[in-house]
Amino acid sequence: MNRECRKITSWKLVHRYDVETKMISVDKLCRTFGSIVAVDDISFEVQKGHVLGFLGPNGAGKSTAMKMLACFLEPDSGTASICGYDIREDPVKVRKCLGYLSENAPAYGEMTVGSFLSFICDARDIRGTKRQQALDRVVPMCSIESVYYQSIETLSKGYKRRVGLAQALIHDPQVLILDEPTDGLDPNQKYEVRSLINKMAGEKCIIVSTHILEEVEAICSRTIIIARGKILADSTPKELKDRYQCSLEEVFRNITSTRVDA
Amino acid sequence: MNGFGTVFKRELKGYFVTPVAYVFLVIFLFFAGYLTFRSGFYEMRQADLGIFFGNLPLLFVFMVPSTAMRLWSEERKTGTIELLLTLPITVAEAVWGKFFAAWAFLGIALLLTFPMPLTVYYLGNPDTGLIIVGYLGSLLMAGAFLAIGSFFSAVSKNQVISFILSVVTCAVLVYAGMPTTLNYLSGFLPGAILAMVEQMSFLTHFESVQRGVLEFKDMAYFVILIIGWVWACTIILDEKKAN
Repeated sequence: MNRECRKITSWKLVHRYDVETKMISVDKLCRTFGSIVAVDDISFEVQKGHVLGFLGPNGAGKSTAMKMLACFLEPDSGTASICGYDIREDPVKVRKCLGYLSENAPAYGEMTVGSFLSFICDARDIRGTKRQQALDRVVPMCSIESVYYQSIETLSKGYKRRVGLAQALIHDPQVLILDEPTDGLDPNQKYEVRSLINKMAGEKCIIVSTHILEEVEAICSRTIIIARGKILADSTPKELKDRYQCSLEEVFRNITSTRVDA
Repeated sequence: MNGFGTVFKRELKGYFVTPVAYVFLVIFLFFAGYLTFRSGFYEMRQADLGIFFGNLPLLFVFMVPSTAMRLWSEERKTGTIELLLTLPITVAEAVWGKFFAAWAFLGIALLLTFPMPLTVYYLGNPDTGLIIVGYLGSLLMAGAFLAIGSFFSAVSKNQVISFILSVVTCAVLVYAGMPTTLNYLSGFLPGAILAMVEQMSFLTHFESVQRGVLEFKDMAYFVILIIGWVWACTIILDEKKAN
């Protein structure tokens, strides 16, 4: 009896541990475009409650890696699983539990913010009172109340990005992939987006790509530095600073410039 | 709502929130009427819509690619394709959703030619069956033109290139069946190949529709054309969405 009890609790523990570790697991992902190797054999795992910062110079392969995780691009080899679904076998299920904001926050310009968000609700099968709740939650969260009835093409870059963020958050996804979410925002808006990410960090698993180093320190619990498609460092921002005994900026410059030449 | 329905709804609404739909409808309806009366609608002294339907293939050569060109070119150019295909929607659902939305739009355009049948009913005693078959056949033919247009729209990010490529392809498929072309080709092509060219053309299969016969082989021709081109569109989009 006693033993049985212990068995069950331990099974529960293992189960919980399992679910938490496997929010995102990337396994030897590769992708080339013609002769250019964009992503070269990257593997990592992210747990719930973590914010992973994808750091790297322009053209390092950050966006390509994220596009593969969002099931927009097919990997050449390797795979990844998100919330337990494989990106190659179950892309639609992966997309269901994933919120993705791509680089330029594309949206249909001729639609109003309201009709755009209800299109996203249609696509994500959020209807009736649930839709109202989702909108009531997400619209103030991204502070887009004032532009709700405007068409998207008339919005400024900052508002457009916040509409993109609202779109990614509307189904309250377990996993969030945000490609340069603060690019083009003014300092106040950057601060708002960062505090939004910090607020959500507890119950979600978030990957953020950026080349702004202060952002990494502000929001990320872990960073992966990537250049020419390869992972060059995988650690916490603090650890990196401690190891190299310098600011994150210098760490970044050291790692991405020397190792690539070598 | 599933992916197909979502895309269909957004796309069809999209036509009417921009001026695209209204510009298209006005020009289409003007020419549909103008060509009919110019080709001797009254002089025929017959209460039927033969002339009206006969002019549609030529009108479609230009009008349908202009509706189709934006389907995928625009998505790829503005990057919204990345948004669309990272929602829980498959490529096939998106392609068919857009195709049927554009087809429904062309259906609306055809419905708005209702003054033509009203005119013939006022003037005489036309064969209703003939008119219904004519409309069904025209809609089916519009779908085939549209499938070609949607394929070329997926080929290029540039709408002008998509438009030109699909106009040329549609024109070849229409003109291949013109008596003048066939006469010319009969000078040097053997009979079997000539028959093949003739069977490939939209006109050959649309003719029987104009006579009021919905034959299986003509319907099959248009349906196969639609499925084939839309399927090719799906494949090319899957290949090209990244660059």
